[in-house]
Amino acid sequence: MSPTPETSADQAGSKGSISILQLYPREMNIYGDWGNTLVLAKRLAWHGYTPEVLEHNAGDAFPAGVDILVGGGGQDSGQLVIQQDLQTLASQLRELAEDGTPMLLICGLYQLFGRFFRTQDGTVIPGISVLDLETHGGSERLIGNVVSTSTEFGEIHGYENHSGQTYLGAGVAPLGTVTKGAGNNSRDGHEGARYRNVVASYLHGSLLPKNPAIADFLIRTAVERRYGTFHPGHIDDSLASLARQHAAARPR
Amino acid sequence: MNPLSVLIGKAVRRVSRMRGGGSALPGLVVERLDPGFMARALSDLEHGVVVVSGTNGKTTTTKMVVELLQGQGLTVFTNRTGSNFTRGVAAALLGEVDWRGRLRADIAVLELDEAHAVHFVNLVPPRYALLLNVLRDQLDRFGEIDTTTRLLEQIAAKTTDTLILNREDPRVAGIAATAHTASVRYFGLDASLRSTFPNDDEMRGTVGATAPSSLEADVVLAAVAGNSADFLIDGTSVHTDLRLRGVYNIFNAAAALATARAVVGSTASTDELIASLATVEPAFGRGESLTIDGLPLELVLVKNPSGFRLGLTSFDPAGCATMIAINDNYADGRDMSWLWDVDFASLGLGGVGMVSGVRAYDMALRLAYDDVTVGAVDPEIPVALKTFITGAAQRPKRIFCTYTAMLAVRRELSKITTVEVVS
Repeated sequence: MSPTPETSADQAGSKGSISILQLYPREMNIYGDWGNTLVLAKRLAWHGYTPEVLEHNAGDAFPAGVDILVGGGGQDSGQLVIQQDLQTLASQLRELAEDGTPMLLICGLYQLFGRFFRTQDGTVIPGISVLDLETHGGSERLIGNVVSTSTEFGEIHGYENHSGQTYLGAGVAPLGTVTKGAGNNSRDGHEGARYRNVVASYLHGSLLPKNPAIADFLIRTAVERRYGTFHPGHIDDSLASLARQHAAARPR
Repeated sequence: MNPLSVLIGKAVRRVSRMRGGGSALPGLVVERLDPGFMARALSDLEHGVVVVSGTNGKTTTTKMVVELLQGQGLTVFTNRTGSNFTRGVAAALLGEVDWRGRLRADIAVLELDEAHAVHFVNLVPPRYALLLNVLRDQLDRFGEIDTTTRLLEQIAAKTTDTLILNREDPRVAGIAATAHTASVRYFGLDASLRSTFPNDDEMRGTVGATAPSSLEADVVLAAVAGNSADFLIDGTSVHTDLRLRGVYNIFNAAAALATARAVVGSTASTDELIASLATVEPAFGRGESLTIDGLPLELVLVKNPSGFRLGLTSFDPAGCATMIAINDNYADGRDMSWLWDVDFASLGLGGVGMVSGVRAYDMALRLAYDDVTVGAVDPEIPVALKTFITGAAQRPKRIFCTYTAMLAVRRELSKITTVEVVS
C-alpha cells in the first residue's frame, strides 16, 4: 500500500491545509475510485496546499472539519455492508451539502445519496436524500465509454458500468448531457447530477484524472470556503488533454 | 462422427496459421459445422477433463499441471495458445484429432475464461476443476466480482470428481459450500506469505484483515526465496528451485501440485512431481525472457490490478529499463479505471523509459500522479518498441503489457530475435 499522499506534501511554504475524506474506502472503491482521492491530494499539493487524506469506515466516528468529501462505487454486497452506517450519517451529510461542502459522489454512493434505490424485485433501499433523485434497478447493464458535455466543465470523459437507472428530480440539475454512452438511464440523455457544490456521476475512469476541471472546481471551492481566496499554482495538464483526445476516439 | 467437418476445420486452421492469424476462426468454423465435435472428442479420455479457471494465472498454471501430468507418464491434451475461449479449445483439438475426430490422449487440461468455462462445462462436464482466484478484472464484461464468483460456482456444480480451490481467496473457498457432487481439496499459503497476496477486498484498507483460513490444505506454499520455494505437501516439507519467475507463479505451483495429486491419486510420488515442477519454463508473455543484443528482455503480462501489483512486486526494477504498453481492446478490458488501483511508486526510482499502446496517455497520466518519470510516450507499439530498445541498448529490459499489446510486442520482437511461435 502506498504511503498516504499527505506525507509527501511539502509542508514548508504551504498555502494551507485542506482535508479530503474518503467514504468507505474498503467497500465503496471499485473501478479505481481511489484515483479521485489521489488526484485531489496531488493537485492540492501542486497548487501549493497541504492535503490531508482521511478515511471513514463503517462504525468510525465521523470527523469534524472535512473540506472535501469523496465517495465511490461498490458492489451490491458492499452497499449492504455500509447501508446502516450511512443512514446514521444522513443528517450530518445533508447539513454539509446544504452548507456548500464540495463533494464528489461516484456510482454506488451517487445512488445512495439520492432518495432511494428500488431493486428489480421491488425492495426499496432508502438513500440519505442529500440529492433529489431516485434509482430503479434495471435488467440492462449500461457499460462503456462515455462523453458528456457540461456548460460548467466542458467535455467530461469516463467509463460507466451500472444497472441502476437514475432519474433526477426538480431539486438537482444534470451534470452533463451525453454525446456518447447512456448516462443516468437509457432514456433522458442526462449524466450525473449537480447540487450546490456536490458533483455526482456514474463515471469511473477514474473521473478526476481525465477531468481536471472538475478536480479544480472541488479544490477551489474547498480552499475558498476555508481561506477566503484560492491562489492556484501552475499545473501542466497536457497529458490529461492527450488522454482525453485518445479516449474520445475509442469505441463505446 | 463427421470426418468432413474435421477435415474442413483442419484446412481452415492450416490456412489461418499460414496467414499468421489467430486460433479463433478454425474453432468457429468447426463449431458451426459440427456443434457436437468438441464434446465427442473429449468424452472418452481415461482420466477425463481438468478445467482451470479464475482471474489470474490460468495460462501458467495450466502449463504446470500439463507438465506435472506428463511427468507421470500421461499423454495430455491442452489449449496452450492462451486462447481460453471455447472456440480456442475447438481449434486446438483440430490440430490434435485424427481424421475421424478422435483424440489420442489420457487427459485434457484446459484453461478457460470464466464465462466460456460455464459454456464449456455445459457441453463437457469436467472431472476436475481448479479454481484459482476471483479478482477485479474485465468488469466491463462481467459487471461485478460477485457475478464472476457465480460463474465459478456453475463450473463447480458441473464438476464430477474433485474441486481444487484456493483456500486464501474467500470468494473461491466459499464455492465449496455450493458444490454437492464433487469432493473438495485446497491449496494455500503459509500465514507469513498472506500479505503478499491481497484478496480483492484488501485492495484498499488494511491488507491481511481477513482472518486466516482454518481449512486443511493439501498443498501449502510455505516459503519463497528468489526462484526457490518450500512447499508443504500433505504435511511433508519439500524444497525446490524453480525456473518460473514471480511469486504469483510460485503460488500457482501449489495449485498445480494439488491438482496433479488429485488426478494421479495416492500413487503420486512427491519427488517426481517436484522434479517435473522444477523444469517448468514460464508461459509465453508471463515473465517470458527473450534475448535482445545479448541482454534479456522480459515480457510481463498485466491484465488487472492484482496482476500488475504482483508483477511490480515480483520483478525488481533496479538496473532494468522499463516499458509499459496498455491497450483497451475487448480482450484487454475497455475500462482504464483499473490502472488507478495499482501503486506504481516502486517504478519511481528508475522511471519508465517508454509508455505505449492505445491508452498510452492514460498510463502516462497515471504515472505522473505517482511521481514516476516517463522518458517518452508513443501509442504506436512498433515505433515505441524500436525507440525503447535503441535507448536502452546496454541494459536488460522489461515490458509490462496488456494481452493484445503483448501480442503486438511479440510480433515486432520476432523480427529481431527468436520468439517462440505459439498458435
